[in-house]
Parts: sequence; C-alpha cells; structure tokens
Amino acid sequence: MAETAVMASFLTAAVGLAVPLALAALGETVSERAGVINIGIEGSVICGALGGALGSLAAGPYVGLAGGATAGCAAALVFAVFAVHLNTDQIITGAAVALGSLGFTGAVFQSRFGATGVALELETVPAWEVPLLSHIPIAGPALFHGAATVYLVYLLVPALWWFLFRTRWGLALRAVGEAPEAAQAAGLPVKATRTLAVLFGGLLGGLAGAHLSLVHTGTFSENMSAGKGFVAIAIVVLGRWDPRGVLAAALFFGCAEALQFALQAMDVDLPYPLLLALPYVLSLAALAGWFGRSRAPAALALPWPKRPG
Amino acid sequence: MTVRWGAALRPAGQAAAALVATLAVAAALLAIGGHSPVEAFSALVRGAFGSWNRFASFTLVQATPLLLTGLAVAIAFKAGVWNIGAEGQLYAGALAGVAVAVSFPGAAGASGLWLLPVALLAAAAAGALWAAVPAAMKTRLGVGEVITTLLMNFVALFLAQYLVQGPLQEARGVFNQTDEIPAAAALPSLLPGSRLHAGFLLGVVLAGAAWLYMTRTPGGFRMRAVGASTRAAEASGRFAAQPVTWLAFLVSGALAGLAGWVQVAGVTGRMYEGLSPGWGYTAIAVALLARLNPAAVVPAAVVFGALSAGGGAMQRDAGVPEAWVRGTEALLILAVLAVDRGLEAARRRRG
Repeated sequence: MAETAVMASFLTAAVGLAVPLALAALGETVSERAGVINIGIEGSVICGALGGALGSLAAGPYVGLAGGATAGCAAALVFAVFAVHLNTDQIITGAAVALGSLGFTGAVFQSRFGATGVALELETVPAWEVPLLSHIPIAGPALFHGAATVYLVYLLVPALWWFLFRTRWGLALRAVGEAPEAAQAAGLPVKATRTLAVLFGGLLGGLAGAHLSLVHTGTFSENMSAGKGFVAIAIVVLGRWDPRGVLAAALFFGCAEALQFALQAMDVDLPYPLLLALPYVLSLAALAGWFGRSRAPAALALPWPKRPG
Repeated sequence: MTVRWGAALRPAGQAAAALVATLAVAAALLAIGGHSPVEAFSALVRGAFGSWNRFASFTLVQATPLLLTGLAVAIAFKAGVWNIGAEGQLYAGALAGVAVAVSFPGAAGASGLWLLPVALLAAAAAGALWAAVPAAMKTRLGVGEVITTLLMNFVALFLAQYLVQGPLQEARGVFNQTDEIPAAAALPSLLPGSRLHAGFLLGVVLAGAAWLYMTRTPGGFRMRAVGASTRAAEASGRFAAQPVTWLAFLVSGALAGLAGWVQVAGVTGRMYEGLSPGWGYTAIAVALLARLNPAAVVPAAVVFGALSAGGGAMQRDAGVPEAWVRGTEALLILAVLAVDRGLEAARRRRG
C-alpha cells in the first residue's frame, strides 16, 4: 500500500514538473522547425512567470495565464525583430534576450514588491478533475486531476503533430526551416513564417512560465525559471523535433526531476544537490546516446538571407 | 600607418555607438520604471569612477573575472565554438583550485611558493576538463555545444553546492563554504591600500598573449579560418578542423576555470555556492563588445566591471534595483548586433 502511494505521488510530481518543460519545448519545436533556434525561450519563461503573477493579482488566475502568454510573446518579439528581421546571430541574440529578461523581470519585481523578499502569494489555477479517469489507480490522479495547462499539453501534442506533418501550412513551415532559398523561390514568405513560429514558441514559453508561478508554486521569485527554457531546448533535440517525441522527452525529464522525491521517500541517502544535478546529467547522457539517429532542420541557426563574405 | 590606425579605431567607434544607444534605451526604460535616469547614471558613475580607490577596488576587481571569462568566450566564438558554458567552467576551476589550496593549510612563506601556481594549474585543468565533455560530444557524436555547455553549467552549480556542504565544507561545519585558503595560495595585492589583486594583471597578460596567438601565429590563423567556415577550412586541404575545435574548447575552458579560482584567491578567500553572479553569461556580452578581439576584451571587461561596480551604488544611492544592470548588459549585446547589421547594410547599399 505504501508503495502505491509513493508511486502515485512520484507520478503526480513527475507530470507537474514535465508540463512546463513540455509547453516550452513544444513551442521551441515549432520555432526550430521553421529554422530558428531561440535560446531566448528561457526569457519567455521568466517573463511568462512574472506576467502570470501580475495578471493573477489584477484579475485572477486565468487572466494570469493570458498575461503569461502575452509576456512570453513579447520577449519572443524582441528576439524575432533582431534574429529574423535584422538577421543577427540567433544564438547570441537568444542569449541576450534570456539575460535581459532575467534582469528586467527582477528589476520590475523589485520595483513593484520591494527587495525584502517577502513571498508573494498568488491565487493558483484550480485543478480540474476528469470524472472516472481520475480514479484509475496510481496514474489517474497524476494525469487527470490537474490545472488547465496539463490538458493544454494533451491537446497540443496531437494538434501540433497534425499541423506540422499533415497540413500544407505545416509543410510550408518545415520548408522554411529546411531550405529557405527554395521556399522563397516557391513564393513562401520566409521571414513572416519564421516570425510567427518564434512568436508561437514565445507564447507557449510564456504559458510554461505562468504554470511555474500560478500552478506549480503560487508565487514569483527572481530567476525562478532556473534554466527550464534551456532544458526545453535539449528536450527538443531528444524528442527529435517531433511533438510526440518531445512529450516523451519532457516526461523523461519530469521523472528524473521527481526521482528526488521518490528516493527521499524510500530513505535512499543521496545528497540533495546531487539529486538536483541528476536530470541534467541524464539529459547529457541521453543526448550522447540518441542524437546520432536524429537530424536537425537543415537551415537551423543559419543566417537568412545568407550574409555576404 | 594612418590606414592601420583607422582600421583599429573603427571597431572602437562601433562599440562606442552601441554603448550610446544602450544608454539611451536604458534611460528611457528607467524613466518608464519611475526612476530618474540622471540620478541613476550619476550614482552609477560615482560608484564606478568616483575615486581612484573606487576604480581600483571595485571596477577593476569586478572586471577581473569578466576579463578572463570574456577571453574564454571571445576565443571560442572566434573559432566557431559556441561555448555558453563559461559559468560552469568557472565553477569547476574554482572548486579544483580551492580543493588543492585547502589540502595544504600549513603552506606559508618561501616553502609554500609552489602552492599558488599549482592551484592555478589545477583550476585551468578543471575548466578545460569541464569543456572537454561538450568538445567530445560535438566532435565525436555531432551534438551541438550550445545545449551541452548550458547543461554542464547546471551540473557544475549543483556539484559546487554538494561539495561546499559536503566533502569541502569548512571544518567548523557552520556555513556552506570551504575553509579559508592558506596565505600562500592567495594572489598578492597589486596596489597597496586597494583590493586590486594580481589576477587583473594575469588577465591583461593572457589577453595580450591570446591576441598575439590569434593574429600572429599559424595556429591563430587556423582558429579564425575554422571559425569563419569549417567546411572551407577543411576543403583547403591544409588541416583538419577537429583538432582546432578541440583546442578552442580546452583553451576557453581553461581561461574560464582560471577566472573562478582567481576570484577565490584574489577576493573571497573561500569557495561558496553563489561565487559568481553570472559572469560566465555576462562574458558573452564582454566578448561581443570587444568584437571577439582578445586585446579589446580588456577595455570591454572594464566597461562591464564599471557597470557592475556602479550597479551596487545605483541601488544604494538612487534606489534602482541592481537587476537593471543585468538587463542593461543584454541591451548592450543587442545594440552591438544592431550596429553591426546596420553598418553591413550601409556597405551593401554603397555597393
């Protein structure tokens, strides 16, 4: 009996931790399929967390989710203006957007709530219970008794897969990511497509951040994204730029993070910081083991139009 | 000679243009945030340059880790290696240096002179080792280094956390920090009466050496060629790109590793979890402002050292949260990129 309880709480923790990673990684998948690697997604996550907090304070948790999505989009817009329209280096631009977002969210937070560090209490997004399914032993409560963001992931995975691989729009988006010259010759608007893909990625990154502040913790703290956006980029690679694989990779990472709780419950005496490092070590190992069989979109991270010289 | 001076001054002019643009946007944002830009900037300038001692003890001391990590990033980027992992390499270096230093608590005087160089070597080796993992994954398995270096940063942070509250914790066992390093392991002061230590000088010397290597040696030429285009460099048939990539990773990691230990040996005297406020990331901005030129990393690091030294004063005297400074650093990166693109577009129009 105790084991099933441990198992159930482990799964609940794993799903809870996987949701923000899955959201950000699904967004990044769309952006990378269009040929744009946006490591500024970390910035969208932290902006989303703050946007979510401010929205929730103003008008409740659902407005908070919308606020988070908007803030994530705004960070992505800055990235898109530079990396897509001015054609600056994607990696450096992304690093700048991540750095700037961490700085400015901290500044806004301190200006608004003071630097004293009194924990902010936010109204959280209520959990919805799916009748019947949530009563499945062990996995039921983990999968079918969660906030709206959990169900959004369930919807997004098949929807994005269908969009990317079964629609003309998805084909166009992938063409822009594989061969922008050919795509342009075929009359596709390369920059507009890339901009929309990046903005969509930022929207989901923002929702991931709002999940952190409005579902996971019920508070906001500086740097609370803690590299989740960067991990999401690794998840995209592990998931081979396919929403289904991305979901699996996010769950893998969620389980690795949740392992700390399970091991503590089972009285395994591993030092806490090493448990925290485990997911990052595991994802490095996974990248080393699996990457050989997957291929990034051909034009990923390359300047377009090509720079002279 | 006049032509060469012109060529040398143009990048400086571009960097200045980017700085001015950044200050303008930062002023606007401060005003929107309800702060007085004039008050904030004057507090910042006073904090960074207000007196000779402020300049030496704060600006230059803050510039030191940025100088070493900035060099690390500049060399890597120049060779086409996207090392975003200077932060983790810095922690690896600090840990290794401290581990060596606290193992010899009795070292002092003339018989202890070997300790500092050995600790410096250990730090450089640990930083290089930390960069070797992404290097191996890139060259052998084709895994992009942007992700792997980022992930290695987190592993290093948690490893540092574990070590300072476990095996390397101080003998008293009160705080999560190591014992104080013995006097023989500490970097000597550079200016009596100030906090400026020999680490800054080490950084300047290494910057000069790196500049000579990159611009005056065949090895440096190979690095720049590989950075410009791996495929073209290999197609020339003169050399293989992989050893060059390895070298860039290792040198970059070693420099970042030195940054970590130099901070401990020159300033803190102990290692603890939050040693770096993100120097490994700010280093990207430093390298970019220096336009990846190792010699120019010195003034660029001083600019960022001033921002960071002045940031504290800005918070104290003008009530502007220090986090603004980090945001401003990012603005500066974007400004450098934009100025770059703008000039390129202008050149193309002129034909």
